[in-house]
Amino acid sequence: MKVFRSHTGLVAPMDRANVDTDAIIPKQFLKSIKRSGFGQNLFDEWRYMDHGEPGVDNTRRPLNPNFVLNQARYLGATVLLARKNFGCGSSREHAPWALQQFGFKVIVAPSFADIFFNNCFKNGLLPIVLAEPEVNQLFDTLFATPGLKLHIDLARQVVEVPGAESYRFEVEEHRKQSLLNGWDEIGLSLLQADKIRAYEVARQIKEPWIFS
Amino acid sequence: MAQSLYDKLWDAHRVHDEADGTALIYIDRHLVHEVTSPQAFEGLEINGRKLWRINSIVATADHNVPTTSRKEGIADAISRLQVETLDANIKKFGVPVYFGMNDARQGIVHVIGPEQGATLPGMTVVCGDSHTSTHGAFAALAFGIGTSEVEHVMATQCLVAKKSKSLLIRVEGQVGCGVTAKDIVLAIIGKIGTAGGTGYAIEFAGSAVRALSMEGRMTVCNMAIEAGARAGMVAADEKTIAYLRGRPHAPQGTMFEQAAYYWRTLKSDDGAIFDRVVELDARIIEPQVTWGTSPEMVVSIDGNVPEPNKESDPVKREAMERALQYMGLNPGTPMAQIKIDKVFIGSCTNSRIEDLRAAAGVVKGRHIAANVKLAMVVPGSGLVKRQAESEGLDKIFLAAGFEWREPGCSMCLGMNDDRLSPGERCASTSNRNFEGRQGAGGRTHLLSPEMAAAAAIAGRFADVRQIL
Repeated sequence: MKVFRSHTGLVAPMDRANVDTDAIIPKQFLKSIKRSGFGQNLFDEWRYMDHGEPGVDNTRRPLNPNFVLNQARYLGATVLLARKNFGCGSSREHAPWALQQFGFKVIVAPSFADIFFNNCFKNGLLPIVLAEPEVNQLFDTLFATPGLKLHIDLARQVVEVPGAESYRFEVEEHRKQSLLNGWDEIGLSLLQADKIRAYEVARQIKEPWIFS
Repeated sequence: MAQSLYDKLWDAHRVHDEADGTALIYIDRHLVHEVTSPQAFEGLEINGRKLWRINSIVATADHNVPTTSRKEGIADAISRLQVETLDANIKKFGVPVYFGMNDARQGIVHVIGPEQGATLPGMTVVCGDSHTSTHGAFAALAFGIGTSEVEHVMATQCLVAKKSKSLLIRVEGQVGCGVTAKDIVLAIIGKIGTAGGTGYAIEFAGSAVRALSMEGRMTVCNMAIEAGARAGMVAADEKTIAYLRGRPHAPQGTMFEQAAYYWRTLKSDDGAIFDRVVELDARIIEPQVTWGTSPEMVVSIDGNVPEPNKESDPVKREAMERALQYMGLNPGTPMAQIKIDKVFIGSCTNSRIEDLRAAAGVVKGRHIAANVKLAMVVPGSGLVKRQAESEGLDKIFLAAGFEWREPGCSMCLGMNDDRLSPGERCASTSNRNFEGRQGAGGRTHLLSPEMAAAAAIAGRFADVRQIL
């Protein structure tokens, strides 16, 4: 797993609820058998004026000037401020891959869809849940402050507006430690191999049909 | 202490508890398809790891496969490579149960799991696909995972997880004529919202759920994820057991009876505690149609497109306005006046034999309307297709002007050539009406197979109860 400890970066707003993973990375890009190359098609249908397909040179495609991530003040953003139920829908891990490969390191929202939330941690992309009023406040600050950056410290579990507010967030301990230490989670589970085998033996007696 | 079904399934799969409240959970069945597995197989290879238990895997190619003739293979080179990569990985890792594109039993992974008896009560079932919740209809703990977790299960047969909260959704009473499992689940999502189940494992219960066939229960559990819950489940009963008897991968003979004895215990005990309980009255559920770009944007067929200016929450109002603009609809329009361009009957939600029978019952002796450019039926599996053909359903659909296709995910998400063009409006039995889901700019309305069939005949949304 990739390490995440702290980050300071430019914030961009995604001011709509229920952003789904089909919007984050449309289906035609899921045909790739690789783990990389998804960043250029992040939010493809919103970001470009034409229809995208894999293998097309994206640098020659017309950008949608109204799409928030194309606006000059948000270029180079690494923190995404989002609304409720971000990442709902399909389980495609291509969604966090695309966000991360585009350049995002942190997503802050009042809530995330469960599978997406889980997938983010596996890739060192930190999803942070703050209370809705706090997120509303951050949106207000962001719209009023060109060039707003946020500082995120995972060890201390805080999101900070430099020189101003600070928001504490919760994170499950095993997820936090995995990110801070860059643990290989599969390797960690394999340390329990004897227990897994013992479980299988016991289960085989109780429910032999599972193993046939 | 009284336990819920979810408590029982969770406890039966705990291999190891961590001090922080997470647990290592054993996975019994791993369903694999071509889209979310290549990077996982590659990760195993890079790290020199093996599959922990190859006979836990049931694999098929479903998302990318053409639904027209497969004699020429897959025309799109990138899709073809993805399916060939699955073929190669199955061979390389020695996975014994694979229903490749040209196997007679190939189909949508969530249709063939139960059909083969590979999904059994008491199992944990995972797949790199959010609609894995479907399998919870068999009193299994079934949920979708991402590719990193696909690799984790391949290598360890386990996942690190924390127990979810529990949500009991009780639907009591008898549904009216023409009201289906799809209408029940759309009504549930309309009530609790697309994030209503986030963080929960849902148990669907009540007389209306018990009255459903196994296929209907699969339709309901399939869309648990559309209510935000990774897992949805229904208690096992005699219907569950009868469905599984004799299936190829189910236990046989005395072992089946032994299994069934255990399966009958897979229900919530009286007095089991749930973190949240939601109740619906089945008698007032009417045929549902979505109007917007989220499954929670749903109304009854005799309702109207809602009016954003009546919504007080500004975030919701803006989402409604955006949805109406995308969908090309005006507030206040009666749903039954909205004309459609295409009809899709298929997907892991509604492509099983009962779905096809129900739709055929509506179209029999009728013809699709002149304004319907394409109406297609995509059976969920090769075996569903064969069964339907043996009953003459294909002839009914073809005579009515429908196309009769090969099995796969098809236009539910349009990874193959089955897509909507920009602005096209589709009556679809699938599960997601997100922007662009069925094709960039496409407009999706979710409904039941009966309602999709009625829409095809009328050329607009129509109340199937007036046709039956």
